[in-house]
Amino acid sequence: MTTAVETARRRQALPQSVWKKVLKRPEAGALGGAVLVFAFFWIIAPPFRQLAAFTTVLYQASTIGIPAVAIALLMIGGEFDLSAGVAVTSISLAASIFATHAVGGLWAGTIFSLFFALALGAVNGWLLIKTKLPSFLVTLGSFLMLQGLNIAITKLITGNVATEDISGMAGFGALKSIFAATFQFGRVQVSIAILYWLALAAIATWILLRTKTGNWIVAVGGQGDSARAVGVPVARVKVGLFMAVGFGCWFLAMHQLYAYNTVQSGAGIGSELLYIAASVVGGCLLTGGYGSAVGSALGAFIFGMTTEGVIYADWDADWFQFFVGAMLLLATVVNTWIRARASKGK
Amino acid sequence: MTQARKTMVAALCATMSVGAFVATAGAAQAKQLTIAMITHAQPGDTFWDIIRKGAAAAAAKDDVKLIYLSAPEGPKEAQLIQNVIDQHVDGIALTLAFPDAEAPTVKAAQAAGIPIVGFNAGVDQWKAMGLLGYAGQDETVAGKAVGEQLNKDGAKNVICLDQQQGAVQLEARCNGIKATFKGKMEVLYATGYDMPTVKARTQAKLQQDPTIDYVVTLGAPFAPVVLDAIGAAGSKAKVGTFDMSPVAVDLIAKGKLQWAIDQQPFVEGYEAVDMIWLNKTNGDTVGGGQPVLTGPFFVNKDNAAAVAKYAKAGTR
Repeated sequence: MTTAVETARRRQALPQSVWKKVLKRPEAGALGGAVLVFAFFWIIAPPFRQLAAFTTVLYQASTIGIPAVAIALLMIGGEFDLSAGVAVTSISLAASIFATHAVGGLWAGTIFSLFFALALGAVNGWLLIKTKLPSFLVTLGSFLMLQGLNIAITKLITGNVATEDISGMAGFGALKSIFAATFQFGRVQVSIAILYWLALAAIATWILLRTKTGNWIVAVGGQGDSARAVGVPVARVKVGLFMAVGFGCWFLAMHQLYAYNTVQSGAGIGSELLYIAASVVGGCLLTGGYGSAVGSALGAFIFGMTTEGVIYADWDADWFQFFVGAMLLLATVVNTWIRARASKGK
Repeated sequence: MTQARKTMVAALCATMSVGAFVATAGAAQAKQLTIAMITHAQPGDTFWDIIRKGAAAAAAKDDVKLIYLSAPEGPKEAQLIQNVIDQHVDGIALTLAFPDAEAPTVKAAQAAGIPIVGFNAGVDQWKAMGLLGYAGQDETVAGKAVGEQLNKDGAKNVICLDQQQGAVQLEARCNGIKATFKGKMEVLYATGYDMPTVKARTQAKLQQDPTIDYVVTLGAPFAPVVLDAIGAAGSKAKVGTFDMSPVAVDLIAKGKLQWAIDQQPFVEGYEAVDMIWLNKTNGDTVGGGQPVLTGPFFVNKDNAAAVAKYAKAGTR
């Protein structure tokens, strides 16, 4: 008897090998996929090997990865947000139009757009809780409504379908250096968006792994009813997650506004799927309750490497989307294969 | 019948006959025409907004009711044509961006006796499809003009940045360049208005092939983004663009952008509506079987200032 207990305790105390621990993380597969894609383009595309190419890839990845971090949290919490891509455009339009037509100041416009972004998220969450419809439908509705509003309101207020160039307004310089600064290292240019992306991924990871809120998110996504039964405030967590998506979109929106000066009101359609794809490639389950923020960053990185890699490899442009799709599929297959191996080898 | 009642009936008859008279007089003068404009515009695109403004200006001047609809895909554009046939409009102005997809519904509209004018896209197809007229730029001609310009500028290795893979009028521009340009030209595709992607892809292409010395964008909003990408990639490439925007005109005046090739979209929208109106009210056909060309017109450093104020107002 004692020996059995003793063995069990010893087995528990026995440290799991680091290797297995890593492999069991949700992002392990995505890491494998990323390494594979990186090695692939490293071998076949010589221009891909420059440091400058690496930062181009990271930049493309960061513009998907910033909202994708928040989308990953939301998906772990068991919900979707199809409106995120268009919301980025709405938020930058809100900032630009508010700044040029309401107050005449970019700082006010930027702060207004932050509240606007959080409100968009809160409305999505609130509609979800109140209507009890699947988030797929609720956010499909807001996706389409925002698409219409973006164009209609922009045209109504400015008379055109793109906003005015804001680069001459007071405060532009300071705000540009906050949201869209670039650092020159020799011939290599690094956008600040990359740093924000990595920082957001780190913060989200910390929340997921080290805080009570993180536990709640996983619980709500995995077993909503059980979570509610043990006292997790499900509604609050979900609304909060949608607001987090709003925050992620706001960050990207501000980057785009200050990096490109004007906003085309028809932009952003289709990006929502990239955010979701980055999260799923990075190990989030479509059913919720499982996934990681680091994974979404790796997913965005894979996507960035693939789209840019096809160009570095100088493959026929007509085949562009095909190659991107095929590479993503390949990366995801490797990803799932690694995950399956890891969970089998207990 | 009491006197009061008699008076009332008489009054009623009088009003009715007056009403009828007014109605017939109105019909004789011409009831207000309804003209539908159907395009393949991506929603929220500056260029298309200028076309729409031109169409609205013509509609206001001709006292026509204008219905404006757009869808960026062939089958959807065809559906819109069917929709306005069902509304019994008096004329349709449409873009033949997807001629094969639109052909059956164009035939249906013609069978219903609705005159159709083409504009902007389909310069090679409008005649075969029996359209009344066509207003627009011959994209191949414009592309060829750009090719000549590139030769003049001494370009050797050029990128043609196409934002909508598969749209015939954009392909025609790149093919036109290829026809007259003596150096090497390659097409690079982007995905609509996703500017970070446009920047990253251009940057990647410039890093992949550092000998690229000219980039031609097929839409004005992309020109500043490409200039950005050139800076980031440490390239020396020059940039020219199809179409215009206030920002593009400004960049030309500053010498950062070499030129913009203007097809005068306002005129396209205006002419398309006006041609239908002329046909309905006076039986005219415009163009004498040839397309009414609205471009190409080069905006460069010399004339940028003159064009700037119209660009700012959103009509050029």
